[in-house]
Amino acid sequence: MATLTRRDFLKLAGVSVGTLALSELGFNLAQAYEVKQALRIAGATQSHSVCPYCAVGCSLVAYTRKEADGTVRLLQIEGDPDSPINEGRLCPKGATAMQLAVSNRRVEQPLYRAPGASSWQKVSWDFVLDKIARNIKDTRDRTFVTVDEAGHVVNRCEGMAFAGGAAFSNEEGYLAVKVMRGLGVVFIEQQARV
Amino acid sequence: MTNHWRDIKNADLILVNGANPAEAHPVGFQWFMRAKLDPERGPGNGGGAKIIHADPRFSRTSAVADMYLRIRTGTDVAYFGGLINYVLQNNLHHEEYVKYYTNASFIVKEGYEFRDGLFSGYDPEHRSYNTSTWAYEVDEHGFAKRDMTLQHPRCVFQLLKQHYSRYTPEVVSKITGIPQEDFLKVARLVGEMGRPDKVMTIVYAVGLTHHTTGSQLIRSGAVLQLLLGNIGRPGGGMNAERGHANIQGNTDNAISWDILPGYLAIPAPGERTLDDYVKEKAPKKFDPHAWNFFGTNYRKFMVSLLKAWYGDAATKDNEFAFHYIPKPAGNSSWMSIFDQALRGKMEGLILSGMTATSIGPDSNQVLQALSNLKWLVVMDAFPTTSSEFWHAPGMDPSKVQTEVFLLPCTHWIEKDGAFTNSGRWVQWKDQVLPPEGQSRHDHWILADLFLRIRELYQREGGKFPDPIMHLTMNYKDPRKPELDEIAQEINGKDLVTGKRLSTFAALKDDGTTMAGNWIYTGFYPESGNLARRREGVQDPAKNDPTGMGFYHNWAWSWPLNRRVLYNRASADLEGKPWDPKRPGIQWNGKKWVGDVPDYPPTMSPTDPKAWLPFIMTGEGVGRLFSNSMLDGPFPEHYEPMESPIENPLHPQVSASPVAFLYDKAAGRPNRFGTPEEFPIVATTYRLTEHEHYVTQQVPHLVQLQPEAFVELPEGLAREKGIKNGDMVRVRSKRGMMEVRAIVTKRLGQLDLGGKKVWQIGIPIHWGFVGISAELYPEKSRHWLANALTPFVGDANARTPEFKAFLVNVEKIG
Repeated sequence: MATLTRRDFLKLAGVSVGTLALSELGFNLAQAYEVKQALRIAGATQSHSVCPYCAVGCSLVAYTRKEADGTVRLLQIEGDPDSPINEGRLCPKGATAMQLAVSNRRVEQPLYRAPGASSWQKVSWDFVLDKIARNIKDTRDRTFVTVDEAGHVVNRCEGMAFAGGAAFSNEEGYLAVKVMRGLGVVFIEQQARV
Repeated sequence: MTNHWRDIKNADLILVNGANPAEAHPVGFQWFMRAKLDPERGPGNGGGAKIIHADPRFSRTSAVADMYLRIRTGTDVAYFGGLINYVLQNNLHHEEYVKYYTNASFIVKEGYEFRDGLFSGYDPEHRSYNTSTWAYEVDEHGFAKRDMTLQHPRCVFQLLKQHYSRYTPEVVSKITGIPQEDFLKVARLVGEMGRPDKVMTIVYAVGLTHHTTGSQLIRSGAVLQLLLGNIGRPGGGMNAERGHANIQGNTDNAISWDILPGYLAIPAPGERTLDDYVKEKAPKKFDPHAWNFFGTNYRKFMVSLLKAWYGDAATKDNEFAFHYIPKPAGNSSWMSIFDQALRGKMEGLILSGMTATSIGPDSNQVLQALSNLKWLVVMDAFPTTSSEFWHAPGMDPSKVQTEVFLLPCTHWIEKDGAFTNSGRWVQWKDQVLPPEGQSRHDHWILADLFLRIRELYQREGGKFPDPIMHLTMNYKDPRKPELDEIAQEINGKDLVTGKRLSTFAALKDDGTTMAGNWIYTGFYPESGNLARRREGVQDPAKNDPTGMGFYHNWAWSWPLNRRVLYNRASADLEGKPWDPKRPGIQWNGKKWVGDVPDYPPTMSPTDPKAWLPFIMTGEGVGRLFSNSMLDGPFPEHYEPMESPIENPLHPQVSASPVAFLYDKAAGRPNRFGTPEEFPIVATTYRLTEHEHYVTQQVPHLVQLQPEAFVELPEGLAREKGIKNGDMVRVRSKRGMMEVRAIVTKRLGQLDLGGKKVWQIGIPIHWGFVGISAELYPEKSRHWLANALTPFVGDANARTPEFKAFLVNVEKIG
């Protein structure tokens, strides 16, 4: 029997069972095909992702299925065997990444804590975005320095800082930097420093 | 990494310092094991690679290493310095490589010296160096004078030899605690790696960065690697194992106070014009054969960035909007943010997927700093110790006036975009799920916020609104930019033809090109997004024809899909690989083949005008001596700020003389402890099952590692009457933890030339937020590891000294 990769096997298993001769595989696929029908990932859409945890950059295969009510359900995350970096393997963090992705512990809606308050208030996106924009403008207008004491043009906002980004994409990080520098922010940092 | 994960399988010897890859990068560690277990490699050996692990703690990496050395935290300059000394004293360096590919022959000018623990030019009042004496002797063109015989008393080679002559095995042992015989075993193995047919790699992580001498700890390894001829070669290099999924990508995109995308420098106040800026910041040429690629093209990269950000508002007439870029007054790094808040000068902070309270350092000072803010915005998928800081254990919310916003953000899997791993491989990911509930994408939040701010300025006016008015937001829906659109902006295009560029060599400084990040130019050319490519191990014969593990058509690596940086140095002066069994690039008579050459593809090695191999530096060669560092041109051993001993090399200058002392400069009370009160050395570490703090929200991982603990050596536990599982209090001058003690053999006592010192280990992952914290609200009050750590950092990078500080330990109850 020729050496079968997992990938080949799964491809074969999709073919109509009746056309496969016993001699090709050395065993009868019909039973295996029935089992596959019952697999959680049967009929799922495969997408490619990358693990959100460390900087090895393990490739993930994610299986999703659109439910009857239109929602998309994540069924499974596993390592991608094609990757020259992880070759299908994952560590405990990557292997449990589904529990990071699908979690009832997530923050459900924007929350606001007023000065001196002892609890959160649930608020709308417009509420927080308007208030934060106002805060940034006021802070910037109060702490912006156009020309410093030595007479140099510096155009910097001294009173606010932005930090973060080791877990979002290049494109998001680039936009964050562009927008923050556009506002004149000089205190810009992320996990790289620490 | 100069190299990449899979490349580690090509090494003959792997030194692991300040890292625990078996536990912190487990899947990457398979490449170390492949190197070790592969019986077919090793010229003439028939054996695999050896792994040498030097670490304060015996970990799973140590368990499979060929040698484990218990090293005192923060003393790797002594370790690598001792190896440098051994190599030089025994003439084991790679002669031809050192002579032609490093600055060993460069002559340093008169006036440079190192004496009694200080380099020339020290200013004690300002705790800083004037580095003008750390310079080459130059000719009338400004090129460095050289002595190719390496005999001149002031040539770098001789100065290097002299500098490290103090690092004898006895001194190494006194400083590091490693027994001399063990150190010499390592030295003998390392000493073989200067042969052209051998290659060694050094792999490191935050065990080297988290110190006031972090930059030099790393650089001492790099100097050793240059002496052995290992930089630029497959299986060689300096391999930093970075910590987070996209910390590399977002370092490249400059989420960092001192840089702009592509490692351009942020301008300084004295740089009045674009020309001034380029003159100050672009590397200078020190040899006629140095291409000085970065210096030569600096202006093109900066102008192309300005065109990306300011579009038509950036013209020749206004220096391409150079003045829109803010110029910081001084160091504006992570600790400076909280220092400014403590001084009452910071009004607001946005934290995106990063929690300041847990990260610290000195979490109690951070809590105080956050309380001083007018407003705090936390963008995250889960609550964090920062979003909840105002009701942290010990805080009285009625006294905290900070306005706090918690904005629910989407997860990595709910958006596409690229992550760049530690090996510089840029991998695009699909959007797998739509956003959950009301959560929004970070980039939509920031775009929306920016546009609301712009509208406020339009309506009301205010301070210098110009950059805000003119920042390009040329997306189909500016409030909801697609990551694909941003990816194309990062790549860059020709503004005349409208076509995306395939190389940064096409960038110009006349305003006709734009590129958001020049080192990424070419990842998304007209043919499409190369970071999506998946030609991997499903067909090794086709996808890795050289067998070197390049896999050039899997994703894309910067720059230009090069897998190993500085790879011209992998071949000799004639273009033949130093090791024909493991070629990086080689000259085939017409062009360079193998990896993507880090060199002009058709420049002949025997061309009298041929560039030197390190095309990015002003010298054209690797720098054994460097004037770019703030604390010395050669790495030198200094003690951590909190240390149990005085520096054996120069007790009068024990710790770094230039590390910035934030509390002192601000007039705040001293927060450093003494060895009399805190005699035990502590270091922090990480577990496989947790990633910083977010995994406290993941049930499976919390089940595996549920509770905060500290790890104590058996002998120390016995001394203190502590049994495995007892509750203990660990105190530093700054704060305390109350956690469970795990008593093991994995840590131990060091003998520092007769003085006996204990080292303990503290995992960082817990605090007052998360599944366990909710189950044990009383117990989790004092779980923050960074309540202990000192508010001081590296002289160059200001990375906090998380990994070497003093504590005391006692049993509770």
